[in-house]
Amino acid sequence: MEIISQVFQEISPADFFYRNREIAGFANPARAIFSAIRELVENSFDATEPLGILPDIYIRLSSNNEGEEGEKIYVLRVRDNGSGIPADYIPLAFCQFLFSSKYRLKQSRGTFGLGGTMAILYGQITTNKPVKVISSTGSQKIYEYTLMIDIERNRPIILDRKIYENDARWHGTIVELSLEGDYAKAMPKVLEYLKQTAIANPYANITFVDPRGRLYKFERAVSNLPPPPKETLPHPHGVDVETLSRIIRVTRCKTLLDFMQEHFHRVGRHTAKRFLDFAGFPEDADPKKLKPEEVVKLVQAMKNFNGFFPPDASCLSPLGEEILRAGILKELEPEFVAVTQRKPSAYSGHPFIVEVGIAYGGKVPPAEDVLLYRFANKIPLVYDESGDVCWRIIKSINWRKYGLMPGMPVAILIHICSTKIPWKTVGKEMIADRPEVSREILNGVREVARKLGTYLSRKERIKREKARISFFVKYLPKIAEFSAKLAGKEKIPNIEDLLRRARRFEES
Amino acid sequence: MRRVSLTAKEKRREVLAKLEKFGYDLYDQLERGILPDIIMPSRSIDNIYYSPELRQYTLGDKKIRRSASNIRHLRPIAQLVWMAYFVHELTASQKTSTLRDVFYSAQAYDIPFKNQDESDDIITDLETILGCTREDFNVFPEERSAVFGDLTIEYTIPNYEGKRLNLTSHPDGVMIGPALTSAEFIETNADKVIAIEKGGLFTRFIEERVHERFKAILVFLGGQAPRSTRYFIRRLNQELGLPVYVFTDADPWGMHIAMVIISGSANAAHVKELTTPDAKWAGVWASDIVSYKLPSDKLEDIDVKRLHELLRDPRYKGEPWQREINTFMRIQKKCELEAFSRYGLTHIVDKYLPQRLKDLGE
Repeated sequence: MEIISQVFQEISPADFFYRNREIAGFANPARAIFSAIRELVENSFDATEPLGILPDIYIRLSSNNEGEEGEKIYVLRVRDNGSGIPADYIPLAFCQFLFSSKYRLKQSRGTFGLGGTMAILYGQITTNKPVKVISSTGSQKIYEYTLMIDIERNRPIILDRKIYENDARWHGTIVELSLEGDYAKAMPKVLEYLKQTAIANPYANITFVDPRGRLYKFERAVSNLPPPPKETLPHPHGVDVETLSRIIRVTRCKTLLDFMQEHFHRVGRHTAKRFLDFAGFPEDADPKKLKPEEVVKLVQAMKNFNGFFPPDASCLSPLGEEILRAGILKELEPEFVAVTQRKPSAYSGHPFIVEVGIAYGGKVPPAEDVLLYRFANKIPLVYDESGDVCWRIIKSINWRKYGLMPGMPVAILIHICSTKIPWKTVGKEMIADRPEVSREILNGVREVARKLGTYLSRKERIKREKARISFFVKYLPKIAEFSAKLAGKEKIPNIEDLLRRARRFEES
Repeated sequence: MRRVSLTAKEKRREVLAKLEKFGYDLYDQLERGILPDIIMPSRSIDNIYYSPELRQYTLGDKKIRRSASNIRHLRPIAQLVWMAYFVHELTASQKTSTLRDVFYSAQAYDIPFKNQDESDDIITDLETILGCTREDFNVFPEERSAVFGDLTIEYTIPNYEGKRLNLTSHPDGVMIGPALTSAEFIETNADKVIAIEKGGLFTRFIEERVHERFKAILVFLGGQAPRSTRYFIRRLNQELGLPVYVFTDADPWGMHIAMVIISGSANAAHVKELTTPDAKWAGVWASDIVSYKLPSDKLEDIDVKRLHELLRDPRYKGEPWQREINTFMRIQKKCELEAFSRYGLTHIVDKYLPQRLKDLGE
């Protein structure tokens, strides 16, 4: 036993991510730049939007030797106007992996729940330089930490700490880190990411200064925020053995009847009784005394019981049709836009909402295929499009049915928000093909495509009608004039009535 | 000497009246507040028939309707009415024009034609509606052929009205243009018409005084005869009662030049009074190549293909057509009118022509 424990050495979470950084999006220098920006930007969104603050996010990427090819050292600085982080939590929040443990669910952006720590870890292992975090909650003080991560022990190392006066009562957070990367290669994806972020978050001001000194500004188009998500309890359908065991460990309930009502989403007394009867557990059994095999049996029963209410969507924060429309109009400047928000639905106990937008013409570039923008919890997905269920659905649709031909300028936006996005792979860039989800996506796409089809056929009809009337206006007077002349008549026939009748179609 | 009745003026009055009626019909519909329509015979292939009685192609009973309520018809109707107006002005003032000229004239009236084909098409529509030829309303082709012989005509065109001319006045012949087409025939000593495909032979015939020796009016066709020439030959035949003999090269194409004078073309099925059904193809026949031992060329593939087409053509049902087509096929040879020069320049006039006219019942 001694020997075995030496071989199977425990590794810290920080160490784990260090060894497996490619799964968190840091596989190569180009991807690392992209992922670092993305993590910090999403941190900034989570520090602003859910708290009712209109986001102002400033990103600067700089390098001493820009202009040379290949990999080099960059300094990435991201500043937001968020709620700020209480001074004591700053080291843990940025330099310890898996800082929080939560048993309550709500929609949030952070892809891996690492809150920027992965970017900091990557910066540290490629440059051996510390990260600087400046933050204030709007109190009288601004705190500046210089930090590193003790990777083996998963602990922050505080190198320096400064305190400044905050007369202006500034609140927000600035993170500045060094990392190795390749911006030249990452640039198209970075810019695409920012543009799409601006589409899905039109209430944000986003400014980006790139290493070549170029300024990209994405300005706020609406000043109302989507309603923030409420925290909810897990739905019984979505619970696994590990989650249930953890809840049992912390519960204060003495009976299963109370336990079910206390810890699960939309389970009342009546439902709890029916469920326990179905599962074959006595109502007054003590949850803490369940044997391991009984925990498994309970989880199985939770999955199989049909009497639970479906999860409600108050834990979700969809964009809403108004914001989605504003984002599309702002960034794509199309001739036509249609949006739809599908009714909330659920897969395996996880609630989700699909939102779809379509944009046609204007500055949407014409392309052989429909242009697809994918979003998960307001985050654009810019990699691995072709493996995504959205792409499969787009390709399966007969666009001609809606009056669309290849080469037309059409963009489709699909946003899925959920407490648990059904990812296809650990890379978290592709949505998996879950029947409940793909059905909603398909119906959503069809709905907006129909609206576009109606618009296009109406536009075509108006065009034809205009041509028709212009024909009448042009030729009928000629017919009148020359037939009168031929007939030897002085007076040209009055064709006003006929022209008026032709015009009537125009108004209808 | 025979006096010939005056017809050109009457013809003009008739055409003007038809054009005015066409205009009035449209005017009347507009006055009554309805979008006008025009009904006319269809010129599509399935409505073109060969009429054995008329001995020419003619249109069947199918009609097409063009209505101003149909957006696609508005433009052609406007073009048609303008065309009618324009040629009415031409005819009334006795001016002439060509197809090309008409196409350009339209622009002055803001009547758009995409190209000349479109305006030619509208002229053909007008011919179909009125049942007369474009020459009747003074639109003439560019190509001109010529006539020579003892026929006195009187011009009806402005500035020349009343002037007379004998068609032997010019040794190159007189051009068959608008002025001659509308001229009245006054008197003639001729008793036949000889039409010749080629200019060289036409000149030879004049030099050899064929017009005197055979009392003939000579017509130079210039290949496939223009419609004004066909119309002129018809007038010579109908108004003066002269038999018509057509001389062409001995090949399927020459044969067809004669046939179009006799029975017309499918393209002109909508007009009558262009054909001369009693005219005769007088040579050069395939059988002449054999009997006169004429220098000849081998038939080419395209000639043989054409012969097969003609064999199925209803106009070629009788003689001498069937006999000659079969002879061509058998001997696989063709020759030109000039081939007679092998026997000396005057052989064709001294020997061949009198013999052939005699054969044909002169």
